[in-house]
Amino acid sequence: MSIATSTPLKTANDALGIGHLVGRALIVLALLALIAAPLAVYPVFLIKILCFALFAAAFNLLVGYVGLLSFGHAAFFGGAAYITAHTVKEWGFTPELGILAGVAFAATLGLVMGFLAIRRQGIYFAMVTLALSQMVYFVFLQAPFTHSEDGIQSVPQGLLFGIIDLSKPLPLYYTVLGAFLLGMVLIWRVVNSPFGNILAAIRENEPRAISLGYEVNRYKLAAFVISAALAGLAGAVKAIAFQLASLVDVTWQMSGEVILMTLLGGIGTLLGPVVGAALVTAMEHYFAATSIPAPVLIGGCFVACVMLFRRGIVGEIRHRLKARSSR
Amino acid sequence: MLSSPTGSAERTGDVILAAEGLTKEFRGFAAVRDVNLKVHAGSIHALIGPNGAGKTTVFNLLTRFMPATRGRILYRGQDIGRTGPAKVARQGLVRSFQISAVFPHLTVLDNVRVALQRPRHLATQWWRPLSTLRSLDDRAMELLTAVQLADKADLTAGELSYGRKRALELATTLALDPQVLLLDEPMAGMGHEDIHHVADLIRQVAKGRTVLMVEHNLNVVSQLCDTITVLARGEILAEGTYTQVSADPQVREAYMGSEDDDD
Repeated sequence: MSIATSTPLKTANDALGIGHLVGRALIVLALLALIAAPLAVYPVFLIKILCFALFAAAFNLLVGYVGLLSFGHAAFFGGAAYITAHTVKEWGFTPELGILAGVAFAATLGLVMGFLAIRRQGIYFAMVTLALSQMVYFVFLQAPFTHSEDGIQSVPQGLLFGIIDLSKPLPLYYTVLGAFLLGMVLIWRVVNSPFGNILAAIRENEPRAISLGYEVNRYKLAAFVISAALAGLAGAVKAIAFQLASLVDVTWQMSGEVILMTLLGGIGTLLGPVVGAALVTAMEHYFAATSIPAPVLIGGCFVACVMLFRRGIVGEIRHRLKARSSR
Repeated sequence: MLSSPTGSAERTGDVILAAEGLTKEFRGFAAVRDVNLKVHAGSIHALIGPNGAGKTTVFNLLTRFMPATRGRILYRGQDIGRTGPAKVARQGLVRSFQISAVFPHLTVLDNVRVALQRPRHLATQWWRPLSTLRSLDDRAMELLTAVQLADKADLTAGELSYGRKRALELATTLALDPQVLLLDEPMAGMGHEDIHHVADLIRQVAKGRTVLMVEHNLNVVSQLCDTITVLARGEILAEGTYTQVSADPQVREAYMGSEDDDD
């Protein structure tokens, strides 16, 4: 049928909901900016932003595209950081192997936590993930290899693939940037794939998806594991970059922070979590030096955001652009 | 265009779906009590009854969306009492919902494609681009044409009128090529024109298939359905053709007052 072949593939998951060409130009610009960024901004600060941005993007894959609000993602982020730090420092793993070990741990943990949590919905799902992540926190607090309050310190950065010296700021920055981009491309691919289409259907109307023969729990679990693995990638990279794995990254506050970043930037948008993570990290960074307590400001900002633009920053921009183009 | 299902072992007239002593209790209250139902292959079978009679509960039980307290469900001779709802759907027993079940933020075309993805093994590939799904477009457009929605393919499903949403739902259900369709109040909330349109559609899709439908509109039921089962307070009151059932004094009593509401 001729209509069918000429029908453009519309997706609700267009990166920004703007035209194709404009969107591509923006992506190229953003990439150039990311490559040139260390010339203008302190690389360590950028690395921190990228790690949290990937973490938030991984979290958003679940909440934004499957509709599952996890309140336990710190377990994957901080857990992977511990495993990477330990394998690299104590077992002499190369950085890439250490990161791989961290990601594998996060994915496995995601499989277990996801399996237990997806049977519940809404607030109960969030509560189950919170409870399970608190158990993970407790294990890391007690396990001797984590050195409890001290954390695993001075993790050697070593040579990535035997050639890239990660102890120098610029190679380290570009390595983290590479991991971040890899994660983002993967998320984009998952969302805009046949599998992603089914995830969207499940989020939209779960009973209907079941009545069409989909074992929805399997799809949710697969998405949960992918999200956990990517959150683990963010934590693993962070452990190498900052030579540290600590309890802070497995606390429930960290799970809360990633929710805040994602809400602030815009749930269900590809770039929202990145913007949210950058904003929160920047606020924490700049207000740390002043007498103003950062949490109060971030909290205020969050309240203002929720009241003024519920869709989050990127979500609001997308909405306005769409409204304008349809006028 | 709406080709008959393939691989059907049942001949017209055989019992394709049966309930034996089907009972559902909610905290001691029996919403459905000892229902024995035989749906014959190739027929259009209606389940009618006053509000609260348990029609939707029977649907939920038959499609395994809800576990039965007691009783057996036989689909094509096999007990599906322990089968999950998604698997039942994959076996060809597909339901619709009382509240129109579309994916509101997906396009009309995408709604049908979602249904086609699984049978065509294009549902789990997370590494492939969305454009892979273009291979489903021809069949999807065929189905949309059959329900007169081809020109609406690019609209978001949520933008459609109520009647068109029901038509889209039917197209989506047909994408699975089901053996048995369970339609829960397909005409609810529709205007006259839509009712005629959907009734025609159902008659069309019922060729070579079996349809079990819950419907309030007795006019539609009388014209469309071969067999009618009347349910009241969770129990079967009467069964037969429209003439038989409407002559039954018990049915008249149960329906008193409410028959006038349905034109």
